[in-house]
Amino acid sequence: MLPEERDPAAGHGQAAFLERVRPSDWRTPHARALYDLVIVGGGPAGHAAAIAARALGLSVALIERDRLGGNSLNKGSVPSKALVRSGRALEAIVNSQAFGASAVGDPLADIGLVMQRMCRIRTRIAEHWSAKGLAATGVDVFFGRARFMDETSVAVDAAQLRFKKALVATGAQPRRSEIAGLEDVGHLTSATLFHLQSMPKRLAVIGGGPLGCEMAQAFAHMGSKVTILQDEPKFLPQEERDAAEILSLSLARAGVDTRLNTQITAARRANGEKIIDANNVGVEYSIAVDEILLSIGRVANTDDLNLDGAAIDRTECGDIRVDDYLRTSNADVFAAGDVCMPHKFANIAEATGRMAVHNAFGGEPQRHGALIIPRCTFCDPEIAHVGMHIWDAHREQIPVKTFTVMMQDTDRAIIDGRDDGFVKIHVKDGSDEIIGATIVASRASEMINEIAVIMHGKIGMRALATVMHTYPAQSDAIRMAAQAYVKSLRLRRP
Amino acid sequence: MGAARRILTNTIDLPDDALLDRLQRAAFAYFDRFNNAENGLVADTSRPNSPCSIAVVGFALSCYPIAVRRGWLRRRAAAHQVLATLQFFAGSAQSEQPDKTGYKGFYYHFLDMQHGRRVWQCELSLIDTALLLAGMLTAALFFDGEGTEIELRAVAHALYSRVDWTWALNGGDTLAQGWRPETGFLHYGWEGYNEATILYALAIGSPTHPLPATSFAKWTFTYQWENLLGIDTLYSGPLFTHLFSHAWIDFRGIRDQFMRGVDSDYFNNTKSAIAIQREYAARNPHGFIGYCRDLWGITAGDGPRNHEKVLTPRDRRFYGYMSRGAPYGPDDGTLAPWAMLATVPFEAAAALAGTRHLLRRYPEVCIEDRFSSGFNPNEVERDAPWLSEGWYGLDQGLLVMMIENYRSGFIWDLTRGSSVIRTGLSRAGFSGGWLDDAP
Repeated sequence: MLPEERDPAAGHGQAAFLERVRPSDWRTPHARALYDLVIVGGGPAGHAAAIAARALGLSVALIERDRLGGNSLNKGSVPSKALVRSGRALEAIVNSQAFGASAVGDPLADIGLVMQRMCRIRTRIAEHWSAKGLAATGVDVFFGRARFMDETSVAVDAAQLRFKKALVATGAQPRRSEIAGLEDVGHLTSATLFHLQSMPKRLAVIGGGPLGCEMAQAFAHMGSKVTILQDEPKFLPQEERDAAEILSLSLARAGVDTRLNTQITAARRANGEKIIDANNVGVEYSIAVDEILLSIGRVANTDDLNLDGAAIDRTECGDIRVDDYLRTSNADVFAAGDVCMPHKFANIAEATGRMAVHNAFGGEPQRHGALIIPRCTFCDPEIAHVGMHIWDAHREQIPVKTFTVMMQDTDRAIIDGRDDGFVKIHVKDGSDEIIGATIVASRASEMINEIAVIMHGKIGMRALATVMHTYPAQSDAIRMAAQAYVKSLRLRRP
Repeated sequence: MGAARRILTNTIDLPDDALLDRLQRAAFAYFDRFNNAENGLVADTSRPNSPCSIAVVGFALSCYPIAVRRGWLRRRAAAHQVLATLQFFAGSAQSEQPDKTGYKGFYYHFLDMQHGRRVWQCELSLIDTALLLAGMLTAALFFDGEGTEIELRAVAHALYSRVDWTWALNGGDTLAQGWRPETGFLHYGWEGYNEATILYALAIGSPTHPLPATSFAKWTFTYQWENLLGIDTLYSGPLFTHLFSHAWIDFRGIRDQFMRGVDSDYFNNTKSAIAIQREYAARNPHGFIGYCRDLWGITAGDGPRNHEKVLTPRDRRFYGYMSRGAPYGPDDGTLAPWAMLATVPFEAAAALAGTRHLLRRYPEVCIEDRFSSGFNPNEVERDAPWLSEGWYGLDQGLLVMMIENYRSGFIWDLTRGSSVIRTGLSRAGFSGGWLDDAP
């Protein structure tokens, strides 16, 4: 049911989609004798880098082995968030009586319709990434597998592209599991999930990171009986306790069976079912499911690139090693996006792609460590973060005080019946400088951007407290946190 | 319910000190009624076939001196009971085998009442061992006389000294939270403030296997000073986490590095936690029945399990035994009726006003003058709010100690003289207040 070639997009805009991201009639350009910049990878990092380089008037070649748009468009943010939206639509119907609807039945998700909607969305967004659009800006787009020939050239099929500078932006792929029997039993990953053609009645999600949690909740909303298994003591290990605990409760409310501190010892087939054998701090048990989604992180795509031949080093975890300016161990080769960044998100990829071009071609050097990076897990409520966590501040010996407003005290959240969560703003103590924030709310993905702008503009809590917000608005919680700061100053005065 | 109402009508008419005396004595009576006098083990709950919880034994050992002081128990009888308990632990089997009483000086969380062997395949528990040891050391401080009491002190210190705290680091910077013979060390991912301060004080203060002094700073690495509901606090949701270490240690005026940085102390932080509970209950965002500034107490405890029915279309559920907290939750409208009174050393007026309000409105939560673990007026069974069956030993022990600390400061006075506690706190970075005075 799940082979990658049986893309359900077929017949639902697949031709138009491919026309944009991998045109069948693409005419390979004639390679120049020497490019200012050769980019390997046509995802968010590579695409942003190509546009930035062309804006500087540089000659640019971009090599893509599969489809333009990268993981984000093809297998990541776009399709997963489309499923999340479908799940929320169904959940809203289930809960609509609270808002005055008369009795409604249990809506059933039609996975075919869900996937068709996802495909239409993907096709529409793909226009941004289209090969023709890129070529129209003057980028030479090559489709094929890239391989470094030496420290100054890359081969793609028969062509050999020499470069002054190169950028590796090949992204990442789902991490494989070493669970005994799992490959034989068969499982989904983010690369194959969106080819599902029937709704699994029972779905096991292995891994409690962002995608695992999002998909567990979305499929539960769409009617699957979902069990999520996480080897660590909390979901979203990179987020703080209070956020992760709210997510745990939210998953449980959606009907997800949550299993933390759980090691999976084996997977097998029995009586036509997929069986997962697990161990929860000494207690062994098995669960039977119809499908298994493996979501245990992603690893850099570096196979076949012959990085050694170009003197490009990797880290212990397989990422390309870069300095703070995104330069690899080969001074003429840079890297950006998932292939080198610890946080593998599309917005970071895009930003680092642009930054790499800027640094490679003589701009005032920019450090990726200085980026203000908002990120979000799109569960309900959403969990978003920007800047420092408390433990980051402690590590740097920055005294910090946090100002928290609960969404249950925010008028718009109360009105909307979406009052789970909080806004936490971390302030450097003794100043009004915002150094980070965590927001858990139904629209945290939007609210966190306000904090990112505030941090970028170096707006302090005092000024923020005076900025009028629309009423009622979820983001008013941000202003309320700033007002709590101002109030605490008044109380502190003798 | 009629009997409960009649008894409590009398109780509630008492002036504060008499009310506290009656409730304190009734709480202490749990240890006499639900123990095995031969080995000193005390049942986790009053329910049939309940195993022993080693933490409850720790509370019991701390309460015997109070009973002597209050004249509820003769000193000699109390010393014999304490010694019997200590001798049981000293003679119990310690090994890696899964059916013993402990290992490396630590003990399994739950033991069978008769023989003291591990039950339920439970974990070797560090925090519960710490509470047990705190009880042993408290008893050793009080029983400072001759004869039996000499032996009592010697056994208590031997049991404390044999605990191999460094083993429980498991090669890391901070303690594992438990260990199982079947699977090894357990890490529950504790983050932020919680009840473990006394665990670190005892572990760092050990004369034989002390943790490095830096381990406490590592432990507090995720502490977060927060303005929450307009109140400055080091947040931890369940109220008990602001009380357990405090039952033994007087945190007034003594500060570690974190508290020096924020110009507060852990005693004041518990006051903040109480203020947050009261403010949250007054705002009552979920509209739970009963919540108000005089009815709060959201903490770990029993709940209306097996009643996972939907309250509203938002699919709100009741939970069973769970660590509840405010304002982050989880909160299902279940309150711990003992919790307000357990805060009496910190906010006496609020604790007493809340307790009196509770006894007037829900007298059934206090049968035989002893508080149940939990009740939930949002879940009605047979025309009455859901009520946890029987009593939990932890609740009773905490109440006896906290009421005594309010009435006389007796336990705090005792432990201020403990070289172990002084050494542990000082090495962990605490200073100021009574720590700067001569013992």
